[in-house]
Amino acid sequence: MVTTEELKKVRIPKAKELMRKENRLAPGHRLCAGCTAGTIARLATLVTEPDDVCIFHATGCLEVATTVYPFTSWRVPWFHNAFENVAATASGAEAAYKVMVRKGKLKKVPDIIAFAGDGGTYDIGLQSLSGALERGHDFVYICYTNGAYMNTGIQRSGGTPMYAATTTSPAGSVIPGKVQWRKDLVAIAAAHKIPYVATASPAAHRDMMTKVRRALDVDGPAFLLIDMPCPRGWRFPEELSVKIAQQAIDSCYFPIYEIYNGREYVLNPKSKAIANKPERKLPIEEYFKGQGRFRHLFRPEKRQDLIDNFQEAVDQEWEHLLKLVNM
Amino acid sequence: MTKAKVTKGKRIGMTGDEAVANAAAVINPDVVAAYPITPQTIIVEHFSDFVHDGEVDTEFVCVESEHSAMSACVGASATGARVFTASASQGVALMFEILFIASASRLPIVMSVANRALSGPINIHGELTDQTVCRDTGWISLFSESAQEAYDNTFLAFKIGEHPDVSLPVMFGLDGFILTHALEGVFPLDRKFSKDFLPEREMVHPTIPGNPVSSGLLALPNYYMEVKYQQELAMDAARKVIPKAFEEFGEKTGRYYKSVEGYQMEDAETALVTMGALSGTTKFVVDKLRKEGEKVGMIKVKTYRPFPADDLAKALKDVDAVGVIDRDLTFGAPGAALYTDLKTSLYDYKDRPQVFGYIAGIGGRDVLVKDYEYIYKQVLKNKGAEKAVPVEWIGLRK
Repeated sequence: MVTTEELKKVRIPKAKELMRKENRLAPGHRLCAGCTAGTIARLATLVTEPDDVCIFHATGCLEVATTVYPFTSWRVPWFHNAFENVAATASGAEAAYKVMVRKGKLKKVPDIIAFAGDGGTYDIGLQSLSGALERGHDFVYICYTNGAYMNTGIQRSGGTPMYAATTTSPAGSVIPGKVQWRKDLVAIAAAHKIPYVATASPAAHRDMMTKVRRALDVDGPAFLLIDMPCPRGWRFPEELSVKIAQQAIDSCYFPIYEIYNGREYVLNPKSKAIANKPERKLPIEEYFKGQGRFRHLFRPEKRQDLIDNFQEAVDQEWEHLLKLVNM
Repeated sequence: MTKAKVTKGKRIGMTGDEAVANAAAVINPDVVAAYPITPQTIIVEHFSDFVHDGEVDTEFVCVESEHSAMSACVGASATGARVFTASASQGVALMFEILFIASASRLPIVMSVANRALSGPINIHGELTDQTVCRDTGWISLFSESAQEAYDNTFLAFKIGEHPDVSLPVMFGLDGFILTHALEGVFPLDRKFSKDFLPEREMVHPTIPGNPVSSGLLALPNYYMEVKYQQELAMDAARKVIPKAFEEFGEKTGRYYKSVEGYQMEDAETALVTMGALSGTTKFVVDKLRKEGEKVGMIKVKTYRPFPADDLAKALKDVDAVGVIDRDLTFGAPGAALYTDLKTSLYDYKDRPQVFGYIAGIGGRDVLVKDYEYIYKQVLKNKGAEKAVPVEWIGLRK
């Protein structure tokens, strides 16, 4: 059993060492230019050992773009079942590995990663996820959130930001995009009192990779929510993906933190720096400016009222998080 | 402590559900992922006893829905594990999406279906529609006439599904309440038999650490069709494997099964055709009618998918008229599931009987001896009709 204190000390190898490793996700996949799903999957799997990891995948961009028959980009064991059930699928596999270990057919239960997008997690996959977390299977669920059903053409999900324009929440002349706030999926995961929950960002890649390793090392289920800027769906130039991810952290719309055992909240360096120096906090308007999905907040006329609403909501969430981390 | 019921050559009282749970315990699968639903509950309850009393080595994943049950079965089976589940009615309907993926992924999962009528209106009683609607899912599909047959089907299902030429999931039905909850004498089998009859499953490309294989890929129009055709080839292979499995099982247990079982068919002029528990009563009625001098026989269809078309044609070539009794529904079709398949199968044969369809026992309604006698009379009456006779619902309230 790994203790919480031991877990906090888990570090990943230096960049130089990591660079010598062969990528588990091979180049040549069919993700869009600038897509951070590839970045996340490649970096997350780099902290695993090729002969000690199995990947399970929900239907989604990352799945279809990396495994078009007869090709695969995955150099590690990989299995896809359906859209809403990756948590249940991984549950079954984990149960099977446990039996194999008991029967001496396998040395240990391997690192198990379940990848799914926000549609497959916030919405259609929530029950399957909740069931698996409650049952306590030893696996890591990585939800890469690009805040819409990008694979089917940018439809709104429970993870879509308020006011974002999607194809099912368009910026109309009456209704300005999605009108609801996103679901607090991190709190939902943490409410299962599982040993490890964290948010992460490709803009803080070593922090993200460390979290993946901690999530894998923990006994029992772990859940990671990773911000995944999408040039196609968010409407920004593909070279800016990591910058947009950085702005999400800086504006405190996507703060990065860990939750140990469903109770102990820890703010991670980039977000902690803002907590320590609040003047560094980026106004949400700056985050909106670079993305076409929020263009209707500026054109044909500036909707300061909506921007203020959003800012207020971000501030409230941030203040609440600071209370949780005792800052 | 709950012990799996095993004796040497001695019959033991079990309900159909208990029989299936006991058979599963003897088989000792690696993973069972299941969700409770009436009238299947006794299977998962009993199996849970076996798990919690250490009678089996199985990991029991007590999931939060049938959708997750089948999803977990797929995940477990993809590692090469031997996997079992049980469900019924709404549960099977909730699994529907994943049933197709299980068969396309060529995973020999075994599922017992405690056949129950589908909602709405909600009804918990016996009917085979929950399984007949799965005919297009790519699963091998068997039915049981008795608790003994349900017990034996548990072994047979693994034997057939795990055969390397087949590698398909198998579901077998036992009529809700009529079999699941009725006590019957069952000859049990033991672990030694199980080990011998069911050698370790061997999977070609398991999802296990160190084996970098990708499974469950996106197949576009350039490959999808070939994948589906391979499933059809696997069904064809199953037509050859199934009789061999029945034969080997018979040699080892003395209980011989056939995909199409004839009863009193030698000189029969008329035949009643059934599936599942209706078959038992039909045999009784055939005996009764025989005593009254009627030349009637019965055909029990045990294997529903792959549909034993040729066997049926052979079995029915010498009869003049057939009455098919379906305890299942399909709306707006030429008739119910067994009736339409049987009629289609016989069409090309020169020596084919006339086929008449009857729907009975829907939603668990009792089908009494007098109902079968009425059906038999209707078949005789319709014999010689020069156009299709509409399918008749038996025992409807007036």
